[in-house]
Amino acid sequence: MILFIEQLFNGLQLGVTLFLLASGLTLVFGIMGLINLSHGSLYMVGAYVTATVTNHTGNFFLGICAALVCAAILGVIIEMTIMRRLYHRDHLYQVLATFGLILFFNESVRIIWGSQPLFIDIPQSLNFTVNLFGQGGYPAYRIAIIVLGIVILLALFVLIFYSKIGMLTRAGSSNREMAQALGININRLYTGIFAFGAVLSALAGGLAGPIYAVEIGMGESVLILAFVVIVIGGIGSIKGSFIAALLIGIVDTLGRAYLPAFFKTFMSASDGAVVGGSLASIAIYLLMAVILVVKPQGLSSKL
Amino acid sequence: MIARLVIVIASVFISVTAWAEPLKIGFLTTLSTKAGYLGEDIRDGFMLAVEQNNGQLGGVDVEVIVKDDERKPEKGIEVADKFVKKDSVTLMTGIVFSNVAMAVVPKMVNQGVIYISPNAGPSKLAGELCHKNYFNVAWQNDNLHEATGQHVNAAGYKSAYILAPNYPAGKDALAGFKRFYQGEIAGEVYTKLGQSDYSAELAALRAAEPESVFFFLPGGMGINFVKQYSQAGLNESIPLFGPAFSFDERILGAVGDAAVGVMNGSQWSHDLDNETNNQFVEAFKAKYERTPTLYASQGYDAANLIASALAATGGDVTNQDAFIAALEKAEFDSVRGNFKFGSNHHPIQDIYIREVIKDGDKVTNKLAGKVFENHQDAYAGDCSL
Repeated sequence: MILFIEQLFNGLQLGVTLFLLASGLTLVFGIMGLINLSHGSLYMVGAYVTATVTNHTGNFFLGICAALVCAAILGVIIEMTIMRRLYHRDHLYQVLATFGLILFFNESVRIIWGSQPLFIDIPQSLNFTVNLFGQGGYPAYRIAIIVLGIVILLALFVLIFYSKIGMLTRAGSSNREMAQALGININRLYTGIFAFGAVLSALAGGLAGPIYAVEIGMGESVLILAFVVIVIGGIGSIKGSFIAALLIGIVDTLGRAYLPAFFKTFMSASDGAVVGGSLASIAIYLLMAVILVVKPQGLSSKL
Repeated sequence: MIARLVIVIASVFISVTAWAEPLKIGFLTTLSTKAGYLGEDIRDGFMLAVEQNNGQLGGVDVEVIVKDDERKPEKGIEVADKFVKKDSVTLMTGIVFSNVAMAVVPKMVNQGVIYISPNAGPSKLAGELCHKNYFNVAWQNDNLHEATGQHVNAAGYKSAYILAPNYPAGKDALAGFKRFYQGEIAGEVYTKLGQSDYSAELAALRAAEPESVFFFLPGGMGINFVKQYSQAGLNESIPLFGPAFSFDERILGAVGDAAVGVMNGSQWSHDLDNETNNQFVEAFKAKYERTPTLYASQGYDAANLIASALAATGGDVTNQDAFIAALEKAEFDSVRGNFKFGSNHHPIQDIYIREVIKDGDKVTNKLAGKVFENHQDAYAGDCSL
C-alpha cells in the first residue's frame, strides 16, 4: 500500500513536470492557433543555458534566471522573424517550419556546446532526501518541482482571468479582428504570448536538467507527451492541461509499475516483463484514444 | 628477356600509380545527433593512428573518407553505396550502431567489400550471418554484459535486479548478463526506449530489496538512470553494475559524482598498463585534450589492424584472400594487450571490471580486476567459417 502511494506520488511529480512544458504549448496553440514543434527546442536551450551558467557561477537559481531571459529573447526573435508569417497559413506549413527549427536548434547546440551531454547537479540546498514513505528517501528536489508546478498553475490562472493582459489575451483569442478593431495591438500581444510560452518551456528544461540528461534532442521525447497532454486536456485550456498532465503522469507511472507484475502472474517472468513493458509504454496513448472517443474536444473547453 | 623487362617496367609503373593514388578507406559513422560523440571518438582514435604514421597505414598512403550516417540505417546504405560506386572503396569501417550495421554490412560484404567493425557487434553477424569479409575488432555485443554478470556472480551477490530498454539490444544485454550470473533474478524490467524518468522503476526496485542492480541503458537513458538512482539515495544501499557503455569518460563528465562507486565491465581501460596503451592514451590526450573512451581505443585498434594487414600484403588489397588471411592473424599491438580473432572473426580477448572513482575533481574509471581470460562470444559455434 505504501508502495502504491509512493508510485502515485511519482505519477504526480511526472505530471507536474509535463504540465510545466505543456502549459506554454497550450497557450501558444490555443490562443494563437499555432502548432509549435520547436517548443521542445526551447526546453533544450533552457536546460543548456541553465547548466552552463550554473557550472560557471555555482548558482543554480542564477542559471535558471539566465535561461528564462535567453528564452524570452529567443521567443521574441522567433516570433517576429518566423512565426508571424505562419499565422494565416495551414497547420501543415507551421509543422514544416517549426520542424525545421528543431533541426536548426539541434545542430546549433551541437556547434556551440558539442555533442557530449552536459553535467548539472541538484543545487546543494535541495540535495537531500525526505523520508516520506517510511522506506527510504524521496528526493527533496522533486518535491520542490511539485510545489513550483502548482504555484505556476495558480499564477497562470490569476494572469489569464484576473489581469488586464489576460483579458486582452482572451479577447484576441476569441476574435482576433474584433480585438484589433478595438485598438489592441495584436502583433505585440502575440509576440508577448509566444515569448511567455518560450519562458515556460525553458523553465521546464532548466528544472529538468539536474534530473535528466542534458543532451541534444532532449526536448523531442517530452514534446510528444506534452502534445498528448494538450490534446487530452482540450487545446488552449490551462485547467484542462493540468488535469490531463496529472492523469498522464499517473497512468504512465502506474502502468510502468504494475502492468509487468500483472502479466507475470500468468506468464513466465521474462515474457511478462516484455509484454507488460510494451503495454505500459502505450498505456497513455490508449488513454488518449478513449478520452477522444468520449470527449472529442478534450476534457475542458477553452481557457 | 624483353618480356621480363616489360614486366619490370610494368610493375614499376603499377607501383608508382599505387603510390600516387592513396588507398581509400570508407569511414561510415554516426557524427550528428546526440550519439555523435561515439562516432567522433572512434574517428579520432582511428585518425590518431593514421597521423602517427604520417598519413600511412602499414606503409601505404591512405585517404580516410569520413561520412555521417545520422544513426539511420537507410542513410548508412546510401552513403555506403556511394563509397563503392563513386569512390571505388573496397575497405570500410566506422559503424557505431547495430541497427545500421545490420542494414549495411551484409550488403557490402556480399559486394566484395571488406568491413572492419570498430564497435557494433550484433549476434547475427557473429553467428549465422558471419562472413569471410567481416571482422569485428571491438567485441560481440553481449561480451561486456557477460563480464559484468560473471563479476556480480563471483563477488557473491545472491540476487540481482536487472533493467534494459525494450528493444532487441536490451533483451540481448539481459540475456548476456544471465548467461553468467547464477544467482536469483529479483526482478527483470524492460523500460521504454528513450525514457527519461525512472522514479516508478526505482520505487519498485527498492521494494524488491535486491542485493545488486544491473542495468543497460545506453546514452542519455543511462545518465538519467544513474543520476536518479543516486538522488533517491539508492547508491548507498544497493551496489550498481553495468557495461562500460554508460560509464565512458565523456558520459561520466555528465553524470558526475552520482556514478562514483559503480563497477562496470569493459574490454579496455585508459589505465590498462601496457606499452601500446600508455603511448596511445598519452598521444590521444595531447592531441584532443580529453581522456580517450573505449570507443576511441577501438578506432585506434581498427586502424592498426588494417595497418598490419596492409604491411603484410604490401598494400595490395586486390588479392582479398591474402588480405583476409593477414587480418585473421591480427599481428598488431592492441591497446588491450592480449588480442586474437576467433574462427568467426570476432575477438578472443580479456575482459575487465572497472570502478568509477573520483580522482581530484575528475570522475573517472580505474581498473579493478580481470573477469575473463581469452573470452570468446557465444555465437562462434553458429558461424560456418
